[in-house]
Amino acid sequence: MAQNPNRPISPHLGVYKWGPHMAISIMHRATGFVLATAGMITLLWWIYAIASGPEAYASFQTYVVSAGAEATTLQTGTNWFFRLVALGVTWSFFQHFFSGIRHLLMDMGAGYELTTNKTWSLLVFIAAVTATGITALLVASRYMGN
Amino acid sequence: MGNGTGIGRVRGLGSAKHGGKHWIDQRLTAVGNLLLTSWLVISLLVLPNMEHETVAAWLAQPSVAVPMILMLISIFWHVRLGLQVLIEDYVHEDGNKFAVLTILNFYVLGAAAFGIFMVAKHAFTGAPA
Repeated sequence: MAQNPNRPISPHLGVYKWGPHMAISIMHRATGFVLATAGMITLLWWIYAIASGPEAYASFQTYVVSAGAEATTLQTGTNWFFRLVALGVTWSFFQHFFSGIRHLLMDMGAGYELTTNKTWSLLVFIAAVTATGITALLVASRYMGN
Repeated sequence: MGNGTGIGRVRGLGSAKHGGKHWIDQRLTAVGNLLLTSWLVISLLVLPNMEHETVAAWLAQPSVAVPMILMLISIFWHVRLGLQVLIEDYVHEDGNKFAVLTILNFYVLGAAAFGIFMVAKHAFTGAPA
């Protein structure tokens, strides 16, 4: 569609002061994209590995979880890469999860008052970081000790 | 009715009558995802370990394979609706938008079919020893 680049346009993102409600909105989109790609591809690889038998599962574990004491440099590298990805995906999951609950509540018409909206936004960030920390500690204490 | 601007072309035509479906489907799958991913996280935490023998026996049960398949359907449906909105907001050139939306649809259907097939095959043929 032909548009006059000099046409009058309404004020956009650049003119507003950043607040928690804006940060949480863009984070919902960004984390959704991370979950849809990195999250789901890793989940499908895991399901494929379970269904394909012990050897495929061992291969998944070697590259993603831990290659053990006789790890090659490549395997140690991919292990740490996937640990970072796992941390990112876990945080994305909880961020999108709690942010999604906020959206469902707002769809019912609640939480549009300025202070309430700001409080809920901050609570989502705190809940997501807390849940990610607890999950990381649980996984580390159960599976990274040996 | 004008034909110069976008609003001029659609003015007077009325609504397409399916404007609400995308929105309500996104909420429906969102609630499905809340329930089913909560189930997955709790199930994984309750498993005694993550050895192949354990997870293979776990995934082969109907009470696990069925919610897992439902979760894949709900998630990939939600992915399609959600990423469609991202693409429509950020990819402005018509040709590119069409191409990226096509890739999104192929990815979502392909990935969902792959995942569902793997879970079904595993559940139907039993856990390999």
